[in-house]
Amino acid sequence: MNDTFELRDSESHIEVHKFFPGAVLGMAVVSLVLQRILPVYLPKLEILDLPLLATIYFGLSRRNPSTGLLLGTMIGLMQDSLSGPTVPFGEYGIAKTVIGYLASSIGSRLDTEHPLARFALVGLFYVVHQASLTVVRRLLLNQPEGWFNMHLAIAALVNAVLGVVLFVGLDRLRR
Amino acid sequence: MVGVPSRHRSLALLAGVLLAQVLMLALQVKRDSRGRLIRVWSMTAVSPFEKGGAWGFDKVRGVWGHYFALQGTTRQNEELRAENDELKLAISQLQSKAAEGDRLALLLNFRQSHEKVPMVMARVIGASAGTASHTVEIDRGERDGIRRNMAVITPDGAVGKIIESYRDTAQVLLLSDKEGGAGAMLVSSRIQSPVKGTGEPMLSMSYVAAEETVNAGEKIVTSGMDKIFPRDVPIGTVLDVKQGNPFKQIRVKPAARLDRLEEVIVLLTQEPVNFKSDTEEQGAQPAAGNSAVPAAGKPAAEKP
Repeated sequence: MNDTFELRDSESHIEVHKFFPGAVLGMAVVSLVLQRILPVYLPKLEILDLPLLATIYFGLSRRNPSTGLLLGTMIGLMQDSLSGPTVPFGEYGIAKTVIGYLASSIGSRLDTEHPLARFALVGLFYVVHQASLTVVRRLLLNQPEGWFNMHLAIAALVNAVLGVVLFVGLDRLRR
Repeated sequence: MVGVPSRHRSLALLAGVLLAQVLMLALQVKRDSRGRLIRVWSMTAVSPFEKGGAWGFDKVRGVWGHYFALQGTTRQNEELRAENDELKLAISQLQSKAAEGDRLALLLNFRQSHEKVPMVMARVIGASAGTASHTVEIDRGERDGIRRNMAVITPDGAVGKIIESYRDTAQVLLLSDKEGGAGAMLVSSRIQSPVKGTGEPMLSMSYVAAEETVNAGEKIVTSGMDKIFPRDVPIGTVLDVKQGNPFKQIRVKPAARLDRLEEVIVLLTQEPVNFKSDTEEQGAQPAAGNSAVPAAGKPAAEKP
């Protein structure tokens, strides 16, 4: 069974991948659960943002902005709901909606299968994700939040490296 | 039917999803002192329209009230005018009362400062019927001890003398009457000469020799020689001096306001009355050839 097809217009020759049923939802839930569990045992892993990586991966792979942003919305809202009462609904939702849209939009124009491209995109999206969070916190939540610091750069780097590794494993979920 | 490009659809979907989440955030978030963010946004969005509406409503109401709804304005204007007239009258009456109070206070003060001098305070209740004579009628008469030829003064100075005394009233001949006058002297030079009325507001001082020196502004007081006024009651001030032969023509401005008399004092005796301020001020001026000015109530030194 052919699990890919090609876009017809300007984005021709770029494959749109399909996944096994339940794979997307399952991976989203797994990323959220791990995001909650891992820092309990390994606090330094708090630097990882597994739901973001899932959003990026499925956005880049499916290459449909609408489904990408809706997936980002769903994952973000779930992350909000799991983040405790101090995080209002929409904080991560908005950021991951933006990332889902951007990832799927870029994925439909570029070949994102190469590890270097994935590394750069994950790092970039991590920064954009944090910038979105900062905008939401500063403008909507009235919370003082810095725009850039070394922790952000390191986190972007770590998540980018992890993304490259993780995406290879997730590729196996494709049909 | 024209289809919407998928890219635009996804953009619209992105905008919708983001907007929905922003609204959801706003519903949850509470600002410290301004309530929920959605309320802040709502108020911020609505308030300009509210202000605009209120401004427009005020303008419309103002135009209506000032240009159209004027049915009762004329009547209200008339009422306000009438009320304004009444208030003006009341103010005038109050001012008059206040002035009267001031005058009475002055008289009372004068009376209290001359307790040993028998005097009667009287109110002017009438004036002469014609312009030919300068007389006034007062509300005190024989029952109060007032007799003919008693001196009438105010705290400012000499007024005139009693020419007729009835049971309850009396007539006062003012200094300004053609028949009026008083024995007088210049304070600085002690030159004695009667001051007479002219039938006009100003008085005249007669019989001052042409060779005497008299300057405008000099004070004139009663000399006591007329057996009516006590000594040193202010009569007036030299207004101007014209050289004459054999006597100078001296015009005198009365010290008392003879044209505005309302309350007067009738001296029941010819005992000296102390008009300290006038005589001492004048006496303090260095005048050539001037002898010492007599203290109030004491006989003055006669001119050599």
